[in-house]
Amino acid sequence: MSKISIIIKRIHMILTRRSFLKTGSAAVAGTMVLPPLLHSCEGIELSPDAKGFLDHFEVNPEMLQKVIAEAMSRGGDYADLFFEHKIANTLALEDGNVNRAFSNVDYGMGVRVLKGDQSGFAYTENISLTDMLDAAKNAASIAADPVTFNQAAILEKLPADYYRISRKWEDTSVEEKVPFVQKINDRVFELDGKVTRVNASLADETAYVLFYNSEGRLTYDYRPLASFRVRCVMEKDGHIESGSSSRSYRKGFEWMSDDLVEEIAREAIDNTNILFGAIKPKAGEMPVVLGAGGSGILLHEAMGHAFEADFNRKNTSIFSDKMGKSIASDFINILEDGTIEHNRGSINIDDEGNDVKKVYLVKDGKLESYIHDRISAGFYGVEPTGNGRRESFRHIPVPRMRCTYMESGPHSKEDIISQVEYGVYVDNFSNGQVNIGAGDFTFFVKSGTLIEKGKLTRTIKDINIIGNGPQALADITMAAGDFKMDNGTWTCGKAGQSVPVTMGLPTVLVKKLTVGGTS
Amino acid sequence: MTREEKYELARWAIRHAIDNGADQASVSIYNNSSSRVEVREEQIDRLEKANRNNMRIQLYVDKKYSSHSTNRLTHKEELGKFIAEAIAGTRYLSEDAFRSLPDPDLYYKGGGPDLKTVDVNFDSVDPQQKIDLAFRTEKEVLGKDERIISITATYSDGKNDTVMVTSNGFEGDSGNTFCSLVASVSVKSGDARPQSYWYESDIFHDRLNREGIGRMALERALQKIGQQKIASGTMPMIVENRLAGNTLNPLIQALNGSSIHQKNSFLIDMAGEKIGSDLLTIVDDPFIISGRGSRLFDGEGLATRKRTIIDRGVLKEYYIDTYYGKKLDMAPTSGDTTNLVFNPGNKNLEELIASLDRGILVTGFNGGNSNGSTGDFSYGIEGFLIEHGKRVRPVSEMNITGNFKQVWKDLVAVGNDMYTQSSWRTPSLVFDNIQFSGL
Repeated sequence: MSKISIIIKRIHMILTRRSFLKTGSAAVAGTMVLPPLLHSCEGIELSPDAKGFLDHFEVNPEMLQKVIAEAMSRGGDYADLFFEHKIANTLALEDGNVNRAFSNVDYGMGVRVLKGDQSGFAYTENISLTDMLDAAKNAASIAADPVTFNQAAILEKLPADYYRISRKWEDTSVEEKVPFVQKINDRVFELDGKVTRVNASLADETAYVLFYNSEGRLTYDYRPLASFRVRCVMEKDGHIESGSSSRSYRKGFEWMSDDLVEEIAREAIDNTNILFGAIKPKAGEMPVVLGAGGSGILLHEAMGHAFEADFNRKNTSIFSDKMGKSIASDFINILEDGTIEHNRGSINIDDEGNDVKKVYLVKDGKLESYIHDRISAGFYGVEPTGNGRRESFRHIPVPRMRCTYMESGPHSKEDIISQVEYGVYVDNFSNGQVNIGAGDFTFFVKSGTLIEKGKLTRTIKDINIIGNGPQALADITMAAGDFKMDNGTWTCGKAGQSVPVTMGLPTVLVKKLTVGGTS
Repeated sequence: MTREEKYELARWAIRHAIDNGADQASVSIYNNSSSRVEVREEQIDRLEKANRNNMRIQLYVDKKYSSHSTNRLTHKEELGKFIAEAIAGTRYLSEDAFRSLPDPDLYYKGGGPDLKTVDVNFDSVDPQQKIDLAFRTEKEVLGKDERIISITATYSDGKNDTVMVTSNGFEGDSGNTFCSLVASVSVKSGDARPQSYWYESDIFHDRLNREGIGRMALERALQKIGQQKIASGTMPMIVENRLAGNTLNPLIQALNGSSIHQKNSFLIDMAGEKIGSDLLTIVDDPFIISGRGSRLFDGEGLATRKRTIIDRGVLKEYYIDTYYGKKLDMAPTSGDTTNLVFNPGNKNLEELIASLDRGILVTGFNGGNSNGSTGDFSYGIEGFLIEHGKRVRPVSEMNITGNFKQVWKDLVAVGNDMYTQSSWRTPSLVFDNIQFSGL
């Protein structure tokens, strides 16, 4: 069960206990009250940013080195420390008013020790030297041969700069945010008289990350993330339908605008309106045309997870012996990219302190790279790809996707649709899942259109599509030149850890997949 | 933190909130300690140890509502500032006349039975014994079949303890423990690498079933070799007991006050109506000794009670919390499920299989979703084709599609094999007329 991975675009506005609010004044909920204790920086060249992050966590280089020495004391090959302070807020609207707010502050550090490909891990929510040394001692117990550790010199690694912002969420008051959530409600009601209910939310998150490892690498990242969502219910002739829309970016409060409100409001209306009178297709195998954008869920499920090298290292992926081999048509290029500006899936450094790269997984139809973390890159003898990610300081990093997409291909959307005698065109999805070993993947279609005799005809909705990863990849016979990124609120779950991701695709034709439907 | 320390901190936070302008407040302080060891190739692959704390405070300020949580509990000055700022932020929200703490008359007031949800020996289990259990589980199947490509065995355990205090008179604490052993086995057959697992868990470490977990995982993985989809068609479906909760979940969601009020339910205004076959009887029983969902009060502090949710197909009660109760003008019943107990039938799984001429036994779900407003669903499945009362071949890569308003009326048999390792005690279920998509 640990090998089943799931992706969800949160559609319903169910706010859990882990949802959030950051409060009004300029001061930050959960900021440190005590003054920093930085004193022992002599001889170490650190940028003001690095010093700022050390101060933020009330640690200094000497402490980091003491903790690393404890972590390495039983003969580990490698150890790292991951500090994280996350402040998250959600404002939500129900029944016409912004009448609820949620916030969460999470703070702590994790110690990981590697011995070969074995991992020891512990964390503490209290960043004092004593507590950190305790955690280090627990993590160190994965190894059993006491040694003397030779401390590496501290080397600062400047992080990349993929998501600079001008208005920090921490400095943005509830008062400033409320009008946007109210506006999207009012706009959705204005746009269509059938609307009877609107739920909307604006969620922002700010994470401070500080990283140090036994090789002396010191790096850090400031990660903003904002998500704006709306769901509406419409009633027509006693029939109820609901639809939604969302956008999410690593942007600051400067992102909020009336244009954004309009874009999301209109999309939610469109997504709901088309559902009235929708039918289900015939059940069974048929050609599936994936519309540009969110259909990238195909890549995420059908191949992305199976390319994650932890599965391949253990030989449990269906792609385990396919490296360098042709697995798709030669016009197919699939990328894994953590460097796209302001993208929800981007990171300036990965959660193992590694540089983040843009990597071709499939180039000209050939399997070119897996998705690596430190352990798997070591196992395969390749450079890490910057895909080591973790949900929080409480988790061990594993290979994870960031933004997964396919480049545009040589065909046109019209040509693709005209090829299909009976099939479906799908472009709005809510979730997907894959069984890594068997390669079976699924994605759930909120809405799409039936294709009959090369023409788009009636709307279809609420059907699951299932296929086999390698087969589906080999069955992509056409790809259009209309690549589109999907910037919805995609969250990927694997081994109990959730991380934000994105995806994109041009319009493609998959020769055959099994479509849920009626007889 | 000890329980008494949690109570003191919670009472302090309530006082601090009231002193800073809140009209009402509710505070929960939660602690979880857990450990996990995963072994592979006769080595420890991962060893993890965790201790987690959290405070959640719900604030009612000038008829406005917000909820906040933090794990920064050790610095009182900082915590006080956090609460004061949260109150200040709440004032910018719109009023919501339906928000308030529950009616104190409905609170649990003590004196309930010991539900035995905590292993008192939890902390004294030797860590080495946990590691050994994982190794033993792996060893059960190590080298037992040449098609095995990977075996992972994991022992994990955890202890939760929560204290809750409200400003209108509720104080209560609850706790539970669990331990589990799971084996996951991958086997190779051609290009495919079918994988399966088996899982056992218990509240008490010394009662944990530790035999046969590796063997079951291997057996289930081997059974998947040669999985194929078959032709689309309508036929009966058996859902294995451990998975029956997946089919039940959308039904329970539809009974939730929030779903009803927000028109995200296909069971609006259906109390007293027939929503399933006569075989569908579900009781919500919070008082089962050592039940996984047993509790004396819910997340709001409301005293729990045993209640029949569905009686021979007739919907009896919804899940209504204080807030949506006011919005819907319905009496609150508690918005949380405790132990959901199905009325069992008299056949075991093998007898249910033997009773089918042709159908599919579902042993795994793969993605899919349902539409809360309409009840439409479509899910990926795997399992076995049954012909003439026997499993004839493994199937996968198929979908089932239909509507929950109809499916529960097509419940034609219920097993006697209650799955008790979950708070939802489900037997295997047989549904007629299920639409399968395959070839």
